[in-house]
Amino acid sequence: MRHLLSTKQLSREEAIRILDVAEDMSDTQQRAVKKLPTLRGKTVVNLFFEDSTRTRISFEAAAKRLSADVINFAAKGSSVSKGESLKDTAQTLAAIGADGVVIRHSASGAPAVLAGSGWIDAGVVNAGDGTHEHPTQALLDAFTMRRRLHGAGSRGRDLDGVHVVIVGDIVHSRVARSNLWLLRTLGAEVTFVAPPTLLPSAVGAWPATVRYDLDEALAEQPDVVMMLRIQSERMHEAFFPNPREYSRQWGLSAERWATLPGSALVMHPGPMIRGLEISDEAADSSQSTILEQVANGVAVRMAVLFLSMTGSEAANPTETEIA
Amino acid sequence: MTAHLIRSATLVDGSRADLLVRDGVVVELGAGLSAAGATVIEADGLLALPGLVDLHTHLREPGGEASETVLTGSQAAAAGGFTAVNAMANSSPVADTAGVVEQVQALGELAGYVTVRPIGAVSKGLAGEQLSEIGAMATSRAKVRVFSDDGHCVSDALLMRRALEYIKGFDGVLAQHAQDPRLTIGAQMNEGALSAELGLAGWPAVAEESIIARDVLLAEHVGARLHICHLSTAGSVEVVRWAKARGIAVTAEVTPHHLLLTEQLIAGGAPAPLDGAYDARFKVNPPLRREEDVLALRAALADGTIDIVATDHAPHTAEAKQCEWAAAANGMVGLETALPVVHQTMVETGLLDWVGVARVLSSEPARIGRVEGHGHAIAAGAPAEFTLYDPAARRDFGTAQLAGKSINSPYLGRSLPGRIVATFHGRPTVLDGAVLAPELVSGS
Repeated sequence: MRHLLSTKQLSREEAIRILDVAEDMSDTQQRAVKKLPTLRGKTVVNLFFEDSTRTRISFEAAAKRLSADVINFAAKGSSVSKGESLKDTAQTLAAIGADGVVIRHSASGAPAVLAGSGWIDAGVVNAGDGTHEHPTQALLDAFTMRRRLHGAGSRGRDLDGVHVVIVGDIVHSRVARSNLWLLRTLGAEVTFVAPPTLLPSAVGAWPATVRYDLDEALAEQPDVVMMLRIQSERMHEAFFPNPREYSRQWGLSAERWATLPGSALVMHPGPMIRGLEISDEAADSSQSTILEQVANGVAVRMAVLFLSMTGSEAANPTETEIA
Repeated sequence: MTAHLIRSATLVDGSRADLLVRDGVVVELGAGLSAAGATVIEADGLLALPGLVDLHTHLREPGGEASETVLTGSQAAAAGGFTAVNAMANSSPVADTAGVVEQVQALGELAGYVTVRPIGAVSKGLAGEQLSEIGAMATSRAKVRVFSDDGHCVSDALLMRRALEYIKGFDGVLAQHAQDPRLTIGAQMNEGALSAELGLAGWPAVAEESIIARDVLLAEHVGARLHICHLSTAGSVEVVRWAKARGIAVTAEVTPHHLLLTEQLIAGGAPAPLDGAYDARFKVNPPLRREEDVLALRAALADGTIDIVATDHAPHTAEAKQCEWAAAANGMVGLETALPVVHQTMVETGLLDWVGVARVLSSEPARIGRVEGHGHAIAAGAPAEFTLYDPAARRDFGTAQLAGKSINSPYLGRSLPGRIVATFHGRPTVLDGAVLAPELVSGS
């Protein structure tokens, strides 16, 4: 795997390979010394054209635990905000000697353009592009579900038959898209719940069940409920009348949370807005995986950087190189 | 001036004839012509088409000379078999005064490759708020007859009504860029399953269709001529078909790229997903649509619901296209490829014969735009405005075949039929497939 641009492009085997390597990476993170020598001498650039401290520090931690040198390139504090093009930025990074580029960009497709441009010869990892995809988020979500459902026996397993309900601003969400493709590839069923304004008009073409009513979706007793962040600015664009109405119709309130089976997981990619899309009771329950998702994010990103920068043919990094 | 004897060309009706051209006029048309001293062009197997007329060209001058000038755009036009182009008003300064349109016209005459007819802006500065100096442009030396805010929709219903009425007084036509601005805020590609997957903000068909529906009703109400630019959806075809059946004076154009290309190109291709995806060469406004739209547009052009093909030739510098999709400029160059694409999509499919091609690429655009001296059949005594086309040729299209300043063609690397061998705009502008040097062509 040279680049990770989307989950749509991943086969079941490739996805499970990433998740299994992430299990290995996660195991190493239980050790006293967390650092591996795997990417020693390699340089990873975190190229962030959009603010995202959470995703950036997760990638930074992942790269550092693999002993890579990390350069953080925040476009807002650089010449990009003065109008330097993606092309010039990429060529600059190539001249510096970047081996891997983790890119976050507000324009959908910017990572694909970078990977296909010839401006830089480096593995490209999409850390979120516009409203297109956020593949490492979906991988860490799947990793988290698999661990909760299959525990120590997770390696090699998929998510066959697992029912995941994803609630919120689907139309603007790269997390929803990446999760849809990956979950379907791994055999899970996906239900999207949102007001029609927050669903793509052509959502019928997607391999998901679509519902407007959250209570109906929850009545099906799903295995996982994933809440997406709602940006209250959306109400100014007539997507919904006001946060109060949104919360009443599509928020995971304490009452709704109580109707779910005790085994159901509640997930959120963060940052969450308590009281709008999710209640304290749901977010803080033992079935909430929100902090696990953050921890697992580092292991998954270690796996992705390893596979992208060394090639998937490389030996298992955590056993052959640590001694 | 040198005389040219074109031997044994095939006319659009399939008959063969020799053409003798002298002093800018086809002086004789017939079999076995001879003329002492004339330069002979062997045209056996070549089709002689009336000079093509483009109703929708962006020549970029003044203001956008980094991507095209009147001279280079005229050369691209000649290379594509055109003898007249209508230059869109979205230059900088905007063509909203007599001074600007007269300048563009004069630059066209100086270049000499094609007749350049300036299009005047409908509204001052293309801002959609107050009328531009329509009368001054119409009565200027440039005699503007086509008015358009192309790139911007005249979205205000009252301004649209007044513009239609006012332009009517000068025998002009309003060429509308039909795009509801509120329904297309930030729009990046056709709205549908693919835009949802690629995460690009959608440009819904209804944003075009609703404006066309409103405007044909306004045109009917005030009894004015309306022309729809770059019609792109199957639904728009239905609206125009309804309007024509009602007797409304509406005409419509389709671009070559909307006759051939679909939105699927934006997703890149096999084998690797996203390989070549988001290539901004395919970014254009209105956007590339679905296969169903392409087929509906072809059928509508064949049955006359759509009157003409117009290129929307839109040159852009490399830096405006070599970037992330959302930052890239809209538009494609299209003058050099218009005839080959129409050949492939309409003639090879059996939808149009060459008489039909001459209609949609020459006589009708000349009639709609009131382009004098163009659009007529090749005949003895008529101005020598024609092109010689080799329909049997086929080649991989490359930048070497582009004669303008920019290379943002969606057809690079694609196999296209045909080859423009020669173009005559009074005198030759293209011979042996090559654009002649400016000093051999320059008009004034």
